[in-house]
Amino acid sequence: MSLALIAALPFLGALLPGLMIRAGRNTCATATGLVTLVALTGLLLHAPAVLNGEVIQTQITWMPVLGLNANFFLDGLGLLFAGLILGIGLLIILYARFYLAKSDPMGQFYTYLLLFQGAMVGIVLSDNILLLLIFWELTSLSSFLLIGYWRHLPEGRQGARMALAVTGMGGLALIGGMLILGNIVGSYDLTVILENRELIQQSDLYVPALLLILLGAFTKSAQFPFHFWLPHAMAAPTPVSAYLHSATMVKAGLFLMARMWPVLSGTDIWFWLVAGAGLITMVMGAVIALFKDDLKGLLAFSTVSHLGLITMLLGIGTDVAAVVAVFHIINHATFKAALFMTAGIIDHEAHTRDIKRLGGLRTLMPVTFVLATVASLSMAGIPPLNGFLSKEMMLEQAADVGFFFGLMVTIGAMFSVAYSLRYIVHVFLGPKREDYPAKPHDPGFGMWSAPALLVVLVVLIGLFPNTMVGPLVATTGGAVIGSSDLPYYSLALWHGFNVALLMSVIAVGLGYLVLRFHPMFEEMWNDARRPEAKEIFDALIDLCARGADRLTNALHDGAMTRYLAILTASAVIFGAVAFLGGTHGTGTREPLPITVLPAIGWVLLIVATLVTLWLHRNRLLALVMVAVIGLIISVGFAYLSAPDLALTQLSVEVVTVILLLLALYYLPKETPIESTPGRRLRDGAIAGFAGLGVTGLLYAIMTRPHDSISWFHLEQSYPGGGGTNVVNVILVDFRGFDTFGEIIVLGIAAVGIYAIVDAMLRGPALRRVANFKPDFRRAGDRHPMMMVVATRVILPVALTVGVFIFLRGHNEPGGGFIAGLVVSIALLMQYMASGFSWAQKRQRFDYHAIIAAGIIIAALTGVGSWFFGAPFLSSAFEYYTIPPLSEFEVASAIAFDVGVFLTVVGSVMLALAELSRIGRHTSDAVNTEPMDIDPRADTPRAKAEEH
Amino acid sequence: MEFVVASSVGLLTAAGVYLMLRMRTFPVVVGLALLAYAVNVFLFASGRLTLNQPPVQIYEGPWSDPLPQALALTAIVIAFGMTAFTVILALVSFLTSGSDSLDMENSDPAVARTPAKRGEDA
Repeated sequence: MSLALIAALPFLGALLPGLMIRAGRNTCATATGLVTLVALTGLLLHAPAVLNGEVIQTQITWMPVLGLNANFFLDGLGLLFAGLILGIGLLIILYARFYLAKSDPMGQFYTYLLLFQGAMVGIVLSDNILLLLIFWELTSLSSFLLIGYWRHLPEGRQGARMALAVTGMGGLALIGGMLILGNIVGSYDLTVILENRELIQQSDLYVPALLLILLGAFTKSAQFPFHFWLPHAMAAPTPVSAYLHSATMVKAGLFLMARMWPVLSGTDIWFWLVAGAGLITMVMGAVIALFKDDLKGLLAFSTVSHLGLITMLLGIGTDVAAVVAVFHIINHATFKAALFMTAGIIDHEAHTRDIKRLGGLRTLMPVTFVLATVASLSMAGIPPLNGFLSKEMMLEQAADVGFFFGLMVTIGAMFSVAYSLRYIVHVFLGPKREDYPAKPHDPGFGMWSAPALLVVLVVLIGLFPNTMVGPLVATTGGAVIGSSDLPYYSLALWHGFNVALLMSVIAVGLGYLVLRFHPMFEEMWNDARRPEAKEIFDALIDLCARGADRLTNALHDGAMTRYLAILTASAVIFGAVAFLGGTHGTGTREPLPITVLPAIGWVLLIVATLVTLWLHRNRLLALVMVAVIGLIISVGFAYLSAPDLALTQLSVEVVTVILLLLALYYLPKETPIESTPGRRLRDGAIAGFAGLGVTGLLYAIMTRPHDSISWFHLEQSYPGGGGTNVVNVILVDFRGFDTFGEIIVLGIAAVGIYAIVDAMLRGPALRRVANFKPDFRRAGDRHPMMMVVATRVILPVALTVGVFIFLRGHNEPGGGFIAGLVVSIALLMQYMASGFSWAQKRQRFDYHAIIAAGIIIAALTGVGSWFFGAPFLSSAFEYYTIPPLSEFEVASAIAFDVGVFLTVVGSVMLALAELSRIGRHTSDAVNTEPMDIDPRADTPRAKAEEH
Repeated sequence: MEFVVASSVGLLTAAGVYLMLRMRTFPVVVGLALLAYAVNVFLFASGRLTLNQPPVQIYEGPWSDPLPQALALTAIVIAFGMTAFTVILALVSFLTSGSDSLDMENSDPAVARTPAKRGEDA
């Protein structure tokens, strides 16, 4: 299976749970599980090859110029992590099916889970770091949804926000770091970056890149000082905690450090930062975990501690330590996921996770007891379980670094033993109690099967490490250190009497004693003053929020005119700076002579504009002037060799003026004088400078000779696009993608108009509308007979003209835009002459549907070219001769133009129909009976039918 | 001829900007419409002015630059969409609030500075 497909499957599958939940919870869980299973199978099919040392690659080039490619690769490290994500994911899906209550929306849960799963798989399989960053952000977002899944719980919401804030911030830093790295190497492909260790470490930007990348990794993996979000994220449902916060997401940071290990590690700064942070996190997490009474809190801090341990191993920087880190990742995932699931079971059955209220569950929940005990002992590092193996190797590595490291990890291990034993002793052992919130008992097989499977793995890996995971550790370790030349290590229970064993024995012994005197230590712990991370975090967030508020209030004081003035003035100033900074004299191009005709047009335009300015308070007059200006412009287009523009401008002018007139009907007809002379002077100055600037700029442009891609369009129009009207060919073919975007924008504007009006007519404004009284005296004849007859006679003619303009568009001025406007005008006239009801009654198709049909037709035309192996919107054309007609062209671009046509008609009509809809709600009586003149009504036959 | 076009566009821009800075919605809509004219003609004119050379190849060349024309054509239609949207926005806000003023009534900074309401855990 292609790697891209493996990464895409969970995303595609995320659609399923929402659909399948209607078929029941079992079906929903099965569908989700199947998606994961298919992806896992696809992954495992690659496993033999990867374990043989091969690296599997899938490359999808998207924008190679920008280095944006969807490249995936699978080596040992990717295999290990993808296997963990999909394998444990499968178990979590099973477990969640039984964990979630009936009232929990299960479809949503599985959708979020699959989204998260896809993002995680994406991270570990990405070969392109830009792609990796996208998946990285997606894990932050999807985990936010999962942590806040119980949205009725304030802790859930707060925990989700905190996790998002911290990991999101780290994600931003990571983007910076990765981009620097890509810049140093000159490639965004991981496989290339990983081969350039020397280049990266000698670069001046190595330290900033390292710091930023580590910030991303530390926040994700909850390393000190960013460890505080993880325990708060435990407000999530337990399956989420088990999946995200033990097995996968928090390991993304580790993955990143392991992935970048070959190029980033080995320097002093790497050692001190990574090993240092890891060591502190490990010891601190272990100490705090011991004093947590919440089972999940205990496990959360123990996870923090173990993540610290692995980080420290990666930080040490030797090859062996890296291999040990890999081994511990595997072991930790198995025993910690199992422990989380048992904690969930206890919570589910006893209705509490508070250790102080538990105890004595051994006989009540024997199965859970066995599972939790084995997993805990593995976490404590007791032989012969897998936790012991990696912990021994870790102790040995730390001892090799120096005495201080050895001492610290022994202390960490001691607390680790103490809290692991506490999970057994204080929860399961001791006397049975009478005051459990619910009567605890073992859950059904479905719920304990998943942790049981993991516990079996814990034991088997412990007993037969080489058989179980030997090859995987070797391949993964090789991938981390970036060479197949592995250092010597041995996965075995017995390594003889050595320092590590001594440290281990000391840790277990002291750990037992610590637990023995737990009440005493607890009292000391509770008396000690500690900085509370959440309070600091909240204060910080509050500070930011207040700052943002202050800034927003200062900038947005509700005076829109002020924003507009500031924006325009800035645009003018920036434009002036740029304009004056460059060469801006007139060019050498020979100017056209000014003849009489354009001179008249110029004077007309100037007068009309000045009148608009002068008398704009009379709104109707201003509108008339706007129409005059539009007409002059369209004549100007025609004069200056742009027939298509002239036609478009003319028809747009008509609909714009109708629209503005209709709107003005409900608006005040006069603008009062409000602004002070000073203000008018200010606005006049801004406007004047803007006008001068535009004049100067345009004059400078027009007087220079120019070169353009248009010459290519002119050459290729007929041979390549099959049309002689180059403007139309550009619209529907060369730059069809632009046009496609434009009609979508137009459609959105129309639908937006519909939405605004619709919302208003449902709101309190309806009463105001109903009380509306027109402030104009109206003509007595509402639907003048002559106009009604004339528009109806014109309609077929106008429609024919529309079709004609449409059809000739490819070769002569015309096309979908213009035809759409012409047809709209013909239809509008019916509305105006015969009234809304009459026209609406004869309207067969919903305008929304027409817009949608237009866009879909245009899109399908574009997609159609894919089937011929051509890029989106490539056009094809052929000439036919159907006697007795003249030669006849069929171009796929015509279909695209039909889409344009429909969208334009739909949008224009929808906008105007919405205005009439407002009219129907006013008290001003519109024609309730459609005003209709049916010529047949007078014929004898119609009269006969009537009787 | 170049000056005629450039000065017309400049004048339309100035008028558009001036009306856009008025305090009622309708002049702003009209101003935006004028500004749209200016921008469309500007776009078109960047392809240089020519007489009697429409880019339609049933006629003999030379032909004028067709690309700015194509871009301006869609711009004209989009400008219609924008004008329609803003005028409906103006109309709806008038019908909803009873005022066609552009500024909020209490656009006094002192009033606006009341702290925004926080989420659940302020």
